[in-house]
Amino acid sequence: MHGHNTAEFLDGVSGFIGCFYLSLAAMNATAALYLWQTGKARSYFKVAGLTITTAHLWLAVALIFTVMGGIALGGMAGLLSLPIGLRAALDNIMGPMTYTLGSLVILTVLYLGRSFFVKPIVAWAGLNLSLLFMGLSLTDYDFAQIVTKPDNVPIVAMVYLLAYFTWLSAYRAVENDKRIANGQGPLESEDDEKILVWPDLVYTELICMIVLTVVLLVWAVALQAPLEEPASAVKTPNPSKAPWYFLGLQEMLVYYDPWMAGVVLPSMVVFGLMAIPYIDFNKAGNGYYTINERKFAYLTFQFGFLVLWVTLIVMGTFLRGPNWNFFGFYETWDAHKVEALNNVDLSEYFWVRIFGVGRPQAPEGAGTLQSIGWILVRESPGIVCLIGYFAFLPPAMVLYSKFFRKMFIQMGFLRFMVLSNLILMMALLPIKMLARWSSLNMKYFISIPEYFLNF
Amino acid sequence: MPPIDQIIRESQIWKSIFRHPAPVDRRNRVVVMLTNFFLHLHPVSIKKQGIALSFTWCMGGITFFLFLVETVTGVLLMFYYRPTLEWAYADITALRDVASLGILREVHRWAAHAMVITVWLHMYRVFLTGSYKPPREFNWVIGVILLLLTLLLSFTGYLLPWDQLAIWAITVGSNMARATPILGHEGPGAALLTLDGIDMITNASDARFGLLGARFVGEETLNRFYVLHCIAIPLGAALLMAIHFWRIRKDGGISGPL
Repeated sequence: MHGHNTAEFLDGVSGFIGCFYLSLAAMNATAALYLWQTGKARSYFKVAGLTITTAHLWLAVALIFTVMGGIALGGMAGLLSLPIGLRAALDNIMGPMTYTLGSLVILTVLYLGRSFFVKPIVAWAGLNLSLLFMGLSLTDYDFAQIVTKPDNVPIVAMVYLLAYFTWLSAYRAVENDKRIANGQGPLESEDDEKILVWPDLVYTELICMIVLTVVLLVWAVALQAPLEEPASAVKTPNPSKAPWYFLGLQEMLVYYDPWMAGVVLPSMVVFGLMAIPYIDFNKAGNGYYTINERKFAYLTFQFGFLVLWVTLIVMGTFLRGPNWNFFGFYETWDAHKVEALNNVDLSEYFWVRIFGVGRPQAPEGAGTLQSIGWILVRESPGIVCLIGYFAFLPPAMVLYSKFFRKMFIQMGFLRFMVLSNLILMMALLPIKMLARWSSLNMKYFISIPEYFLNF
Repeated sequence: MPPIDQIIRESQIWKSIFRHPAPVDRRNRVVVMLTNFFLHLHPVSIKKQGIALSFTWCMGGITFFLFLVETVTGVLLMFYYRPTLEWAYADITALRDVASLGILREVHRWAAHAMVITVWLHMYRVFLTGSYKPPREFNWVIGVILLLLTLLLSFTGYLLPWDQLAIWAITVGSNMARATPILGHEGPGAALLTLDGIDMITNASDARFGLLGARFVGEETLNRFYVLHCIAIPLGAALLMAIHFWRIRKDGGISGPL
């Protein structure tokens, strides 16, 4: 049914999966060795006169991965899979809403419990678990198909790099916040001794360039750049996807018309990024990692970057299949998957469902101005909402929120209006997503197809 | 006879290139930074934490290095590749199957993906350390433009193999331009630009047409994207990078606690 032979597929991937587990084993063994050699291993308890430390823990993990690698190399990779029932269940609960809100919830939990999650042992365990999940999933045909597509490999790498650097920055920020609370300066102020750029920096750069060249060459030898059939203007692939870094924008096309998703919002992203230094009046946190000293800036940026930009790219790459339908991790990309589209415009809700009258319509033979007038009446609920959102929310924030009032006083009118409008603009995307996914099935707040002006 | 490296170092040729003795003592380690064109981008000395990898992540430097890799491999690929409907795909296939250094295409493509990622990571680090704060506000703005140029470089390069992946990704990407407010023929407000009942914004005169050079992704687009990819955007990026690096120095070097 899938058009593939499971046994053949498993035969094909078992070598790779075996090497994958063996490298995980090597990774954990190295960690154990490092902890043992540097004396950084923490002891937990004693068994029969032997002190069990974190080094033993990672050594045990390494042994387990070695065994798993052996099993896979021995041609029994099929044993190392998630149960089919679990995969089906994961696919069932997955949808755009569970995925996006789930990512948001996970990131929020990580943020709130950051002093726990940044601990190296916790982060290392998390890394192992996520890699184990990857390994167990790679025996799934559909998962492997998408994740190992040559152009998708950089995205998998990006997810891990971003996770690593988010951890590293949070680790240092938590440390700094602790130090600052104790009246010490941040870590970065410790090493203010000046050193010569030759040799220290110049040699670091040289080594870095050599390592990178090696990485690029190995990558280029191991993975062939994709080349599909020659271009054909009549054969449209399904799905047709933009380059991966624009898939967040393509995902926005589900919720917005192209003029918003493709033109206005990207321009706002660029403009908003450029505006950051001019609207962030907070002088603290310049030149060192900190979260507590600039919580608002940190959270706003992380929401925009990790939630709206990165998770949407991941969704667009791995979870959007033919017809841009949503597919779970282990679901076959079936071009005939049918999804009900019964989205409703706000004006229809307002006029038809609430008042039980038809949507206002210009009489036959009305002039241009007259029909524009009728359109405005028809779409008035959405227009009122939108104007209210952008014109009344910023002053309301100042009046009713102590936090924003303080900000307003410090920033001045212009800065505050730029900031609040950018944030409201950013918040519109999740609002529109929720209105679409919820039982409202909201399509457009303002729908003027006559002038291509749908919002 | 003196050792060979000493003979080389004391030859007239060597001394004409490097106007200082070997950088083995403090004085000459300073002099090398001041007299070498390539090294003079750097300061002579720097705070220890300013080169700590756990602080800098080295992502800006890596991005610059990847740009150089792209330039070198790109120039070599240009010797081989012809941006015409007749040859583009065939040349890429030949790079894959027969050309001796065809692997350069892989290096070029993977380095391009890597460059997009490292630009993001660099921006991420600069944000998280608050390094865009005064006096470095304007350098952040230049950085945002460089981020945009990196994405556009990658986007224009995506079309050049002229396979299904290429033209449909560019079709999807550029279809958005059709909906540009006022300037796209399916954008809001385009209908307002009429002269005596004749639309001024049509599918042969709108923003998308300007981008593609045609009503659909075709040979004109290939040529346009090739020129943008190989000449226009790299030149713009190189200029902005020069300013970006110069401003780092002028704004007080890499950021650190005051």
